[in-house]
Amino acid sequence: MTALADSTERAKRRSGYALRPPASLTLICLLAALAGAALIALTMGAAGIPLARLPAALGVWGDAAAGPTLARDQLVLWSIRIPRIAAAAMVGALLAASGAIMQGLFRNPLADPALVGVSSGGALAAAAAIVFTDSQIGQDLRFMQHQLLPIAAFAGSLVTTVILYSIASRSGRTSIAIFLLAGIAIAAIANAGIGLLVFIADDRQLRDITFWMLGSLSGATWPKLATLAPVLGLALVACVSIARGLDVLVLGEAEAFHSGVDVERLKRISIVLVSAMTGVAVSVCGVVGFVGIVVPHLLRLVIGPAHRLLLPASMLLGAVLMVGADTLARTIVAPAEMPIGILTAAIGAPFFLGMLLRQRGLVSL
Amino acid sequence: MTFCRTLALSAAAGGFLLGGTALAAGITVHDARNRDVTISDAGRIVSIGGAITEILYALGFEDRLAGVDSTSLYPAAALRDKPNVGYMRQLSAEGVLGLNPSLVLAAQGSGPKETMDVLEAAKVPLVLVPETFSEAGLIEKIRLVGHAMGADKRAECLTAAVTDDLTQLRELRAKVTRPVRVMFVMSLLNGRAMAAGKNTAANEIIALAGGVNAIDGYDGYKIINDEAIVAAKPDVVLSIQRGKDSVDAETVYLHPAFALTPVAANKTFISMEGLYLLGFGPRTAAAARDLSIQLYPALAPQAEKFKPAAVTANCRL
Repeated sequence: MTALADSTERAKRRSGYALRPPASLTLICLLAALAGAALIALTMGAAGIPLARLPAALGVWGDAAAGPTLARDQLVLWSIRIPRIAAAAMVGALLAASGAIMQGLFRNPLADPALVGVSSGGALAAAAAIVFTDSQIGQDLRFMQHQLLPIAAFAGSLVTTVILYSIASRSGRTSIAIFLLAGIAIAAIANAGIGLLVFIADDRQLRDITFWMLGSLSGATWPKLATLAPVLGLALVACVSIARGLDVLVLGEAEAFHSGVDVERLKRISIVLVSAMTGVAVSVCGVVGFVGIVVPHLLRLVIGPAHRLLLPASMLLGAVLMVGADTLARTIVAPAEMPIGILTAAIGAPFFLGMLLRQRGLVSL
Repeated sequence: MTFCRTLALSAAAGGFLLGGTALAAGITVHDARNRDVTISDAGRIVSIGGAITEILYALGFEDRLAGVDSTSLYPAAALRDKPNVGYMRQLSAEGVLGLNPSLVLAAQGSGPKETMDVLEAAKVPLVLVPETFSEAGLIEKIRLVGHAMGADKRAECLTAAVTDDLTQLRELRAKVTRPVRVMFVMSLLNGRAMAAGKNTAANEIIALAGGVNAIDGYDGYKIINDEAIVAAKPDVVLSIQRGKDSVDAETVYLHPAFALTPVAANKTFISMEGLYLLGFGPRTAAAARDLSIQLYPALAPQAEKFKPAAVTANCRL
């Protein structure tokens, strides 16, 4: 390598653009990764179904000789595995996108729905639902006991956001700093409430709450996908509309306003969006940490901070990470299940650290 | 008589003379912590654990009970008549010591650890009764409680009845030709089933009733994978009623995984009272018999003939 090439290489690295792949390539790679992860997830599970039997089970081409095995494969695949993989992908997309939006909104790379108490509020309501199903109120609500937990989790997230928002806004203006600080306080209150419920709970409830807090996609069914899908669709549309606003907001609120961005409207949309996305994700799979904070970071290191690309890429990478983590969760300790929250942290965090170290190496070289 | 070794005070309180002789040396009990506890006075007992309370009532020591925990659901008089010190895993040292007990009989696993440490430091004899879910463990539990009360003879009477019941149960079990695969579901929360693996009371009661636990891949109660439920092919789902019954038949039949098993096809969901089914107290053989009748309707005529003695035995004197 010549000295000239070497120096331009170094200059490119320093500018930070050299390693950024084009947007289309990034998205295509992430889509391919998602397809690969889904394919692996399809072939792995406690009930078997190796790759060779997969096409027949999926109905791609029939294999009449398979007989009863085929019927069982199809049932397992369509009523358990596929909805679960789809739910994992959607939840991952929602969590990663809400992390990305929140970080953009707060202009703070540490922001995460868990940090401002939205997840904690949802978890508190879910824990309350677990403990109080034994009480009179629970008896009265028996007719809706199957929906009680997801509804409670969603309502908890939403109520938390509304409280936060009303604390943070005064005469039409929303102070992001107050929002963040109030969020931390509310998270602490919610955690105290969860602690109290843990104290009240008996053995079985305690196990239920603990497993709920660690998150799991077990129990993901078609009806739950029906609640995830509209929110995901809404999120996709909203992401397109707020991407430019979030980009400009980096300059500061006043600058963004003068650049023609309706800052207050942007904040309102973002906050509602994040609470809806987090609330729905929490209601389906409990509290899954780390996806929201790691995925957008990783992508910013690779593709840069522009939200037009960052938001959809976050969704895709979140989906890949979640599908991968869930595949591990349901296979490594089969027939039991590993709570997925453990795995997202165990996979995401070292990867994230590795990226940071590598980035640091590039920057300081 | 050996079983009369007790304080004159408590005997008087009991309303009739047991010929009470206070033991200067006391009784020594080897407990679950693998240490010897010396009991000099079994006059005021706090009983922690449903099975222990049940045994104390069966042996006729209810008058000596100063307090029970909230799992002491049988006989119903226990929680009605005695002060309740709370849930066995969430005990408060002050609550227990405030009853001024001369002996604390607690099931292994009572807690939290801090409370148990305080109780131990308080110099009140604390006996942790071993919790092993087996026939031998059940007999041992009754013997130990009886011995701690200085009532070995009453305990022998009760263990004889229980042993007889277990023998009859074994004969009943021998008639099972095709063991049924049973999955015990502790809770079914938001579609997530928590099922009992090995080393659980549920595993043992299923075996006692002549069934096979459909889950042998793990120990304890864990969230089970949906596909593993399908692979385990349970014939029956067993659960416990908890007042409001968190697991109900319809939820199980509609669950996407159980829907693919014989459970949904044959509508075989069984729910029994929690302490009765899993308590491993004197009524365990009766509970196993009741479960057996539900698992094997064909055996019902024979099972009906088996009248558990432990439930009616009079071992109170």
